Amino acid sequence: MKTNGESQFDVIVVGGGATGAGTARDCAMRGLKVLLVERHDFASGATGRNHGLLHSGARYAVTDRESAEECIKENMILRRIAAHCVEENDGLFITLPEDDLAYQAKFVEACNAAGIRAEIIDPALARRMEPSVNPELIGAVRVPDGSVDPFRLATANVIDAKLHGAEVLTMHELTGFVIENGRMKGVKLLDHRSKLTKTIYSKLVVNAAGIWGHNIAKMAGVSVNMFPAKGALLVFGHRVNNMVINRCRKPANADILVPGDLICVIGTTSSRIPFEECDNMLVTREEVDLLLAEGEKLAPSLRNTRILRAYAGVRPLVASDSDPTGRSISRGIVLLDHETRDGLAGFITITGGKLMTYRLMAEWCTDLVCRKLNIDRKCSTADIPLPGSRKEEAPAKKYYDIHAAAAPADKKSYTTAAKQQELAEKSAEWRHGSMSAAIATDDDASRALVCECEEVTVAEVEYAIRDLHIDNLVNLRRRTRVGMGTCQGELCACRAAGQLAKAGRCARDAQDNLTHFLQERWKGMYPVTWGDALSEIQFTSWIYEGVYGLPVADNK
Amino acid sequence: MNISENNFEQCLKCTVCTVYCPVAAVKPEYPGPKQAGPDGERLRLKKPGFFDESLKYCLNCKRCEVACPHDVRIGDIIQAARIKYSKKKPGLRDMMLANTDFMGTVATTMAPVVNASLGLKPVKAILDGVMKIDAHRTFPKYASQKFETWFKRHAQAQQARYAKQVSFFHGCYINYNYPQLGKDFVRVMNALGYGVQLLDREKCCGVALISNGLIDQAKRQAEVNIASVRRSVQEGRPVIGASSTCVFTMRDEYPHLLGVDNADVRDSINLATRFVQMLLDSGKAKLNFRSDYKLRVAYHTACHMEKMGWAAYSIELLRHIPGVEVVVLPSQCCGIAGTYGFKKENYPTSQAIGSSLFKKIEELKPDFVVTDCETCKWQIEMSTSVPVQHPISILAAALK
Repeated sequence: MKTNGESQFDVIVVGGGATGAGTARDCAMRGLKVLLVERHDFASGATGRNHGLLHSGARYAVTDRESAEECIKENMILRRIAAHCVEENDGLFITLPEDDLAYQAKFVEACNAAGIRAEIIDPALARRMEPSVNPELIGAVRVPDGSVDPFRLATANVIDAKLHGAEVLTMHELTGFVIENGRMKGVKLLDHRSKLTKTIYSKLVVNAAGIWGHNIAKMAGVSVNMFPAKGALLVFGHRVNNMVINRCRKPANADILVPGDLICVIGTTSSRIPFEECDNMLVTREEVDLLLAEGEKLAPSLRNTRILRAYAGVRPLVASDSDPTGRSISRGIVLLDHETRDGLAGFITITGGKLMTYRLMAEWCTDLVCRKLNIDRKCSTADIPLPGSRKEEAPAKKYYDIHAAAAPADKKSYTTAAKQQELAEKSAEWRHGSMSAAIATDDDASRALVCECEEVTVAEVEYAIRDLHIDNLVNLRRRTRVGMGTCQGELCACRAAGQLAKAGRCARDAQDNLTHFLQERWKGMYPVTWGDALSEIQFTSWIYEGVYGLPVADNK
Repeated sequence: MNISENNFEQCLKCTVCTVYCPVAAVKPEYPGPKQAGPDGERLRLKKPGFFDESLKYCLNCKRCEVACPHDVRIGDIIQAARIKYSKKKPGLRDMMLANTDFMGTVATTMAPVVNASLGLKPVKAILDGVMKIDAHRTFPKYASQKFETWFKRHAQAQQARYAKQVSFFHGCYINYNYPQLGKDFVRVMNALGYGVQLLDREKCCGVALISNGLIDQAKRQAEVNIASVRRSVQEGRPVIGASSTCVFTMRDEYPHLLGVDNADVRDSINLATRFVQMLLDSGKAKLNFRSDYKLRVAYHTACHMEKMGWAAYSIELLRHIPGVEVVVLPSQCCGIAGTYGFKKENYPTSQAIGSSLFKKIEELKPDFVVTDCETCKWQIEMSTSVPVQHPISILAAALK
């Protein structure tokens, strides 16, 4: 990258969450020269720290019609363009004896008005459709909710941005801006790997850094008044439910249970926190208790289900410009043109919104970018599928239908090796969609499992290291689910570290990398250390501290 | 299906089950109990399409469950998954192998013909080529008179004179193939001062039906058996079986896999050797032994004996007999696992699993191998030069 003071890029997008990645993709697809900058890893902020709920919008139908309408539109778009990130599970809004059944009629009416198909069903039918649901329910409404994997979604947007010529820097933290005569000229970056700083110039800079955008705006000398709202969630060890379960009442704490891949997630809490806590959030005992108590009301079997970990994300709540105290908060999309608002040309902030509307946020933001650059090109992100969801690129050799009810029965030509290959391919295709064509599992060694809980093969890890922007084990986890299963890295962390070291990515600091990865797993398990999870942690520490002699890190 | 819903989550991924799995050691196509059981269960909950047909290689020996330090019912999880998800339906061969009751009834009436023809080379060739029952296998000979018939004609009348009574669950093997063991059991019980009765109705315990996927039929038979057991227990007669597998199936597989509740009578279903050994141990009964009895035996712990943890009773019982020297073989699967080893596709696996056991037996060259399981008997007799006996038969032969 040249650093001679000339604009090398049309636009620099700061923030590798869904919004930033989506904006980078949109800009690149409209022919702009784009640089995406992320201080850690894609989806390492709020994008990767939520339910993974593909909202139908029903949750907002009564209280926020505009958000509801945005959600259902984006919901239908994501089913098309991000099929490999989405599970079309449908959702239930249940009424429990303690809830007011009269709310149901109001709810359904609001859904219909917002264009959300909402169908009242018999509680008995709801119990049959979703056997885990609280059997005491007195009402149920079926809506087109679903699950979305935010890690895959963000990554697919990055991959597509790159395919359209965008450049991407991870592990690069913004340390300052180059502002000349009231015009944004570029950014100053610190490379966390080399510890070197660099200055990169562009015509425009987009602040898409979520809650961290508050301080980034401050750095640019403008003020965007945000309030960090922490939301804690619990991950359970397996899928208890196959449909999303919500409470049919005014949105409240811990009233959504979402199945996703091999687990399910209950959340969230909601509490204001100071900015200092955004980078190191701990889930408290009170939050865990609240999540469990409310979760059991949705699906009683959660009471006896192993909890894998707890985590928390930060919603960027934005105070409206007319009321900087924060009492009047918008949960909608906030697009700020700092040229007209603050007299700082070349700087744009896109924030607020939600994972569900990331694409729409990117579209609005890119529309503004194009206006500023006098480019007249229409947005096509709603029509062109993301990499992974492109049918024409799907693996040619198919033994199976991934969504079929069961595996095919024995056939003569269907050898054991073919069957094992099928299972390996199924898991890879579930995660990477049509991109899994690049994962060759045709010999025993490549089919060997790195992560046994999540069925991640050697070949899939190799593919991720090669093609998916990976520097360390945490990145690898976000791309492949290595270490996200029942054992939380106990068996796979060392294997994956070995593969990374072999690929030359972290041979020098493989051990630090492994320690860091395990510490990060431990942090999430700490709030739920009882029962089987506690035994698991103990066993893991025997392996890594006892057998491998990994240094005991300071947990405090 | 009655697997406690989240039992698989107690798995700590230590993988010791896979270390102890006899199949995983010799058949790379089988993913091993950890992956087939707890790991696979999470995948199957996501999408039934993740069911792996290679779960059919599981012997249901339950050695994984014995090894597990966290009480995960791995074997049950695998069997339950096969029942729930497998699309492969049992064929004619599986039906024939599984329906020990029906086949036995037909075969005993024509025993000489059946026995002779099952041994004939052309018949074996047909069984092998058409039925996929491996030609190396010898079917256990059918008896010309069922145990039940013998008992009613020659023994039943004398039983009333004993104050204490037990019910005998003879099982298919004693009834159709080897009535002598049943006769030995009656002799031993009578010598201990117990009268022996049959159950009102006895059906095959159903183990072969379960492993061949004929679950509805297994459940019907289980219900008949438990009803009979319940009546017997109410009338003061505990139920005793000689076969470790029949006893294990009625005690544990009924509630775990078939959903047949036996909680009220489970403790009253006992194994012959355990019943006798506990009785002798308590001093409430004594046996008179011959003084000229000399025998060197090697005890083989069948998988279901290992699972029940009862091998010690049989071993102690054998040691109780004057003149009997007992060598205990390392506890390992012999490879046959009921009907599993009869199937042509499983024959090489079956023999590979047992090979180190067979070698050990040939080195020891005992007078008999002794085991509580009839299918282990067939496997060891086919694969070694040493004859196999049940502990109760050894005991009966030693009586004065």
